[in-house]
Amino acid sequence: MKKILLFLVAALLVASTAFAGKKYVISVTQIVEHPALDAMRQGVADRLKEKGIDFDYNVHNAQNNMATNTQIVSQIIGEEPDLVLAIATPGAQACARKIHDTPIVFTGVTDPVTAGLVKDLKNTDGKNITGLSDFSPIDKQVALIQELVPGVKTIGIIYNSGEPNAVPILKALKEEAAKVGIKVEEATIANSSGVYQAAKSLVGRCDAVYVGTDNTVVSAIESAVKVCEDNKLPLIVGDVDSVARGAIAAEAVDYYKMGLQTGDMIARILVDGVKPADMPVEFLNDLNLHVNMKAAKAMGVTVPQSVLDRADKVIE
Amino acid sequence: MTLYAFFGAIEQGFAYGLMVIGVYLTFRVLDFPDLTVDGSLPLGAAVSAVAITSGYSPLLAIFMAAGAGFMAGAATGILNTKFKILHLLASILTMIALYSINLRIMGRPNMALLGQDTVVDWFIDFTNMLPQHSSPLLFGLICFAVVIVLIWFLHTEIGLAFLATGDNKQMITSQGVNTDNVIIFGVGLSNALVAASGALVAQNQGAADVNMGVGTIVAGLASVIIGETVFGDKTIGRALIAALLGSVLYRIAIGLALGLKLGSFAITPSDLNLITAILVVFALVMPKMKRQFMAGRSK
Repeated sequence: MKKILLFLVAALLVASTAFAGKKYVISVTQIVEHPALDAMRQGVADRLKEKGIDFDYNVHNAQNNMATNTQIVSQIIGEEPDLVLAIATPGAQACARKIHDTPIVFTGVTDPVTAGLVKDLKNTDGKNITGLSDFSPIDKQVALIQELVPGVKTIGIIYNSGEPNAVPILKALKEEAAKVGIKVEEATIANSSGVYQAAKSLVGRCDAVYVGTDNTVVSAIESAVKVCEDNKLPLIVGDVDSVARGAIAAEAVDYYKMGLQTGDMIARILVDGVKPADMPVEFLNDLNLHVNMKAAKAMGVTVPQSVLDRADKVIE
Repeated sequence: MTLYAFFGAIEQGFAYGLMVIGVYLTFRVLDFPDLTVDGSLPLGAAVSAVAITSGYSPLLAIFMAAGAGFMAGAATGILNTKFKILHLLASILTMIALYSINLRIMGRPNMALLGQDTVVDWFIDFTNMLPQHSSPLLFGLICFAVVIVLIWFLHTEIGLAFLATGDNKQMITSQGVNTDNVIIFGVGLSNALVAASGALVAQNQGAADVNMGVGTIVAGLASVIIGETVFGDKTIGRALIAALLGSVLYRIAIGLALGLKLGSFAITPSDLNLITAILVVFALVMPKMKRQFMAGRSK
């Protein structure tokens, strides 16, 4: 009996060291340097380390060049990775086109169905790809605007019509606003130098301004802050970083936490052997609410206690 | 650089090969620095993506893209010749206009072609080869076919007028050739090639994206110059092939930069553009240094 037990323990030890000894190769394609995208990549790595998974992280960055983005896919195939992590839409599309056996996990893709990555959010077409969508919970953001600006009739949105992520947000905002009887006024820009003028064009046309997770607008959010402060127009945003930069509030995804959750999905594929085809597209479970009291005062908004009570961070 | 990465570089080189030939035609033959290409490449991608998703054949989609590209280039040519707008500015105007037009054509910034039949899929089925071998072969065949047609064309009467327009405008005008029309046609032809390249690229990468044209002119010029330096440009045929191979060398340089690992020395993926630039400079300077070295030895 003792011998058998000893044998079992030994076998278990051997098995566990064999497991611990496995070093995975994870190849990463990222379209461009961007704080949110970098945070996601870091989050994935941190979660995998937490779980004790040993891996090589081959990171490629296309520096916003689509030709390089496609070329990275051949680099990745040559690296023979155990799994491909595709950060943002263009990288995920290029990988999905060329890689059909190795599991692909995407993250930071706003609309994976329209991007052609998966057939539907349940991921029913049985391919080697799944991932996490960073689609902002627009319903919660509309509710937040209503809480902060009681009696809001019209929301103005500034967005870049050339950004794949911005267009579905506009569509969702229109749908969610219509449900509660709010009108949407649009101001579209082509590059970040247009934000100031776009914000000005909304003055008098709306009761509050909204900016979603739109890289072009967010990169120049200060211009919108200035116009909104000058005109006592509340500015509510779709990313928490912009709150520190002068917007009143955001209830939004935290990209680092997105990375952590993506890391969980990757661990399930690598360690538990779950097939990407059996994993539906996930959304971020954990949202963050940030409030900026100074900005609220400058834009003539009294933040209700109900919002302060559930805030993760209040900037005085 | 792995074998896959090497084939990937060749594939990209040929996929953008028609674009580079187009840039060669305007930049070297017509002496017309044409920034329209940053807009006509995504234009070709957009037209072919919309055509394919509305049920047209992917091959026809490439020709439709070329037609749209021709119109874009002709617009630049007309702005330059008929309205006397400086060539550089005329092409910038068309380029920025195309951004909005491309968004109109697709109705959104990114149009997926994943799951749609493309010429690349056809060729894979037809040749029964591995995808990483068949797509460079397909794009290479297309590029060489176009080069052969162009060599023939540039030896016809219109073609010779075309070559002469860039060399000596006054001389050719005195021969009774309307150089305005030659420029409009030439910039149109160039952008037809660029748009066809955009269509191939979109079908290969699985999506058309409104931002995919950014940096096209830089890649095009770098490829033309690398090709000239390495392969020479004694005859027009040789120059065209040199431009095409220059495109492949340029992508190999990027492939090398992507795969560069120097132990613990802190090269990160964010250095890609810098490393690419250094590699291209190196490719440009090497032949000259070699020549100087040879000249020094023969003394």
